[in-house]
Amino acid sequence: MAEGEAPAIRLRDVACTFVSPDAPEQRYTAVADVGLTVGAGEFVSVVGPTGCGKSTLLNVAAGLLEPSRGDVEIFGERLAGINRRAGYMFQADSLMPWRTAQANVLAGLQFRGVPEAEARERADAWLRRVGLGGFGDRYPHQMSGGMRKRTSLAQTLVLDPDIILMDEPFSALDIQTRQLMENELLELWQSKRKAVLFITHDLDEAIAMSDRVVVLSAGPASHPIGEFTIDIPRPRDVAEVKSTPRFLELHAAIWRVLRDEVLEGYRQQLQARA
Amino acid sequence: MARSGKPGRAMLRIWQIGLLLLVFLFWHVMTKPGLVPPFMFDNDRQAAFFFGEPLRVLERIWAWFVTDADIYRHLAVTLAETVMAFGIGAIAGLACGLWLALSPTASAILEPYVKAANAMPRIILAPIFAVWFGLGMGSKVALGVTLVFFIVFFNVYQGVREVSPVVLANARMLGASARQLLRHVYLPSATSWVFSSLHTSVGLAFVGAVVGEYLGSSQGVGYLILQAEGTFDINTVMAGILVLTAFALLLDAAVGRIERRLMTWHPKAGETEKL
Repeated sequence: MAEGEAPAIRLRDVACTFVSPDAPEQRYTAVADVGLTVGAGEFVSVVGPTGCGKSTLLNVAAGLLEPSRGDVEIFGERLAGINRRAGYMFQADSLMPWRTAQANVLAGLQFRGVPEAEARERADAWLRRVGLGGFGDRYPHQMSGGMRKRTSLAQTLVLDPDIILMDEPFSALDIQTRQLMENELLELWQSKRKAVLFITHDLDEAIAMSDRVVVLSAGPASHPIGEFTIDIPRPRDVAEVKSTPRFLELHAAIWRVLRDEVLEGYRQQLQARA
Repeated sequence: MARSGKPGRAMLRIWQIGLLLLVFLFWHVMTKPGLVPPFMFDNDRQAAFFFGEPLRVLERIWAWFVTDADIYRHLAVTLAETVMAFGIGAIAGLACGLWLALSPTASAILEPYVKAANAMPRIILAPIFAVWFGLGMGSKVALGVTLVFFIVFFNVYQGVREVSPVVLANARMLGASARQLLRHVYLPSATSWVFSSLHTSVGLAFVGAVVGEYLGSSQGVGYLILQAEGTFDINTVMAGILVLTAFALLLDAAVGRIERRLMTWHPKAGETEKL
């Protein structure tokens, strides 16, 4: 990407305040004063304690949620409505249960008016790419959690979005499947060089995959409190990279910042329950 | 042991048919004049008068279907009424359910009216429909529609409101327009709820048709029963009831078959492939 080109995502001074529909006086500010930039082709992870508003930020970048304050720029243009240049991989199951894997993958193409035969062909190609070549006719309930995630990945990437937003996409998977999918994702990213905004609560995953890791403070009104450039050379293998000295150094440095916030977040949750 | 306690499929059928025969036998023994001395009635003909005689009932059914072959016209009328009531009620319920679920203002305004209309015992509308639509098929269809409509309506309403927000957000991110959301997310989700209520709503369409006929008509199985009742012909009434029951079972089986074909995507509890 050329120098000086507008970043893929720029959040400026973003704040999100939620108002309870039943009690308007009850407000909760999830995030405040968030400035975050993701360059074109950059892989940025956001880590933070649970309930700190990581998903809120992602929804703002996706255009699913309008921030209470601040603005969002996508490739230099102000975002209004849904972010058309982004693909979103959700944390929860997001496949349409009444569609087969193939029909799910080609849904986006169908919405965009791509001819049926071509859409089918491209969907099949992507299903093969995520290792589900023979499973196109399966319904979501007939697939395992890992297969559903792969289908979601294919569904998002078949549209060839410039930005990929991922909300803890692999958190529900077992560790082996997870590493497999992480490596696959890295490989795909390496060949296509999309901008990725990756939300996770797993610091290992964040460091192993990203160019940059942003640490969010505990909520309410959480905001970035640290930013670390991950200078581990690519291509990486997520399992191998975890034993390199540089990884351990970075892990220790980020954990120093993150630990207090995690403790703070935990304390708040205990208080809220009491 | 693998198959202890539970009889096999064939065995189960034999038991089921055996039970049916037993019931008929009991019925026959208790009602056949002169077979058992009367212990509840004054004379031995009264049991047959009140409960009918199974052999006469079966004779009647045989005559309807084979020797006279005059029931097909009535069955066709009842079936046509059922199908029309179901079709119109389901489509209207689907449309209204979608509309109200997607338009919070309309649903807020109409909520008490919907509740009132559903709480009302709608069978009581039958005489009014008879006045409005005459004694032909129209009034029976109308009665069936009022019964089916609310079942489908509430299911669709619920179904649309319970569309997973993640699936919805995902479809929006994939670029679905408002119209495409309706066509590809809300509608399939809602139809799955229609199908889950299919057995109930087809059953109610049938009830609407028969009850409508019973309250006043010139054809249909309900009319046959009404006629027989007018002449205290209890055997024909019983025969009509048996035919209706068998017919309802057939209808239910047909619905089950359609459901299985259209709902392949629906997860069933503990579904594994039998080898």
